[in-house]
Amino acid sequence: MALAGGKSTTRNRRGRSEETLVILMAMIPCIGFYVLFMGFPIVYALYLSFHRWSVIDEPVFVGINNYQRILTDDPVFFQSLQNTVIYALAAVLIGIILALSTALLINSLKRFVGLFRTVYFLPVVTSMVAAAVVWRWLYQSQFGFFNQVLSALGLSRIPWLDSPRYALMSVIIMMLWKGLGFNTVLFMAGLHGIPSTYKEAAVIDGANSLQILIHLTLPLLKPTLVFVLITGFIHTFQAFTEMYILTQGGPLRSTTTIVMYLYERAFDWFQMGYASAVAFILFIVIIALTLFQLRFSKTGWEY
Amino acid sequence: MSQSSLVVTEKRHQGASLSTYRRRAMAFGVVRSLLLCVGAIAMFVPFFWMVTTAFKYSQDIIAYPPIWFPTRVTLQHFRTIFTEMNFGRYFFNSFYLSTSITMVSVMTSAFVGYVFAKFDFRFKNVIFFGILATMMVPFPVTMIPLYLFMSWTGLIGTHAAIFLPGIFNTFGIFLMRQFMHTVPNELREAAKIDGCHELAIFWTIILPLTRPALGALTIFIFMWNWDNFIWPLIMLMEDRLYTLPVGLAMFANQYWTDYGLVLAGSTATVMPVLIVFFLMQKSFVEGITLTGLKG
Repeated sequence: MALAGGKSTTRNRRGRSEETLVILMAMIPCIGFYVLFMGFPIVYALYLSFHRWSVIDEPVFVGINNYQRILTDDPVFFQSLQNTVIYALAAVLIGIILALSTALLINSLKRFVGLFRTVYFLPVVTSMVAAAVVWRWLYQSQFGFFNQVLSALGLSRIPWLDSPRYALMSVIIMMLWKGLGFNTVLFMAGLHGIPSTYKEAAVIDGANSLQILIHLTLPLLKPTLVFVLITGFIHTFQAFTEMYILTQGGPLRSTTTIVMYLYERAFDWFQMGYASAVAFILFIVIIALTLFQLRFSKTGWEY
Repeated sequence: MSQSSLVVTEKRHQGASLSTYRRRAMAFGVVRSLLLCVGAIAMFVPFFWMVTTAFKYSQDIIAYPPIWFPTRVTLQHFRTIFTEMNFGRYFFNSFYLSTSITMVSVMTSAFVGYVFAKFDFRFKNVIFFGILATMMVPFPVTMIPLYLFMSWTGLIGTHAAIFLPGIFNTFGIFLMRQFMHTVPNELREAAKIDGCHELAIFWTIILPLTRPALGALTIFIFMWNWDNFIWPLIMLMEDRLYTLPVGLAMFANQYWTDYGLVLAGSTATVMPVLIVFFLMQKSFVEGITLTGLKG
């Protein structure tokens, strides 16, 4: 009895020191990493945003001067903010409508569900750079696919990427193509999660398809909708790659986004302080958007 | 007489409504299939145009009227990008970088997620929510200080600069912690009573149980790294160190008017991923719905 008791305490002690070892093994590298690659950069970016610094000299404290200049005296910033907002709104909202329709159509099929899902998903697994290169070629003014089709149909060619009027729209169309499959799969999963008994009950009560969609499916799909909306905005507000490849921000700045502008300030002009201030404004916009949407969408649907 | 005729008209009426209903359902079915097929074609056209351009002779690419379906093909463009240019090299760089980052960060995610889910220690929740909060921070915010950090440590222009920020993955930690919660505590306690070491418990008992989540996370992190563009673009200076996206972007800018070469480059970039996707599309789709997150 005494022996057994003694054994179990040593085992406990050994167990506890093992536990401590495991906790330390996980936490020390993890905390170290997050301090170094997250904590320090965030604090340092905030610090830089109140300084003027071109890397070669010492940072000069300028107070809120960077923010002031950005918000009152920087037309390019406002142009890029406007472009980003238009891009995000169009890509996310039209994208949601298209993806939801596609998901509803595919879900109502009896056969070929997997086939359609695969085809719509192809652009999602395509690397963004490669996809943008391909679309730049599709949009090419002389030999590109779209203008070849237009002229074969006897219509006039469109300067897809060469005119400030069309360039942003062209990038949006490409993103709709690229993102459709992703949201469709999410919506299909969301629709799948709605119990069919609800729909059956509505049919018995004499509801038509449109009524079922508006009063039943959409409210029950709200968690998926909110998720797609929030991640969509967070994603599109940081748009960079697609514009970098397709248009380089042009023509006439018509497709410059906030992140492109920040990149330019930081790595072409080496204005690290100014660029950090732009980054923080982007940060605040994204947080505000996220909180707004979370608040706006607060309803307790349980099923 | 009048009664029976009433019955007949009612029956006829019923029959008519049934057939209009059927006709409507059929019309809906046709419209639905048509819409889905148009969409599918729209999804497919860019790939078609990419592949046909890559295999066309240069003069056929800019032929007028356009050659929609080429009758003669060439491998010349592919030969050029792999022999005269560094495409093979980009491939290798992307592959080994993405693979190593994925392997390391899936492991760290599982381990840290396990500790957060199954152990109790001081400040646990503070640390966890501190880590989770960093998911709210967009990369452009930390990008500039990270660049400076890499320049102070002399890591700019090396693959280490791309590898290091990928060792831990916040989303991975979060996902694995959620998943580890579903593993019953009794398993660990039973193994402990049998004298199993804590690390052995994690490695031999817990890890195999979380295979579905590990698979989804592997695909997610690999895809993200394979596609990662802005950070390698800032960090890498030498052509022979470029990853595939950076290499392709630089190459496309430099040789833009040589459409055959550029599109062969795109085809070579896209095809391996598409093939992997076809082979394991079920895990892809499950991974997306499980993780539900993009870059």
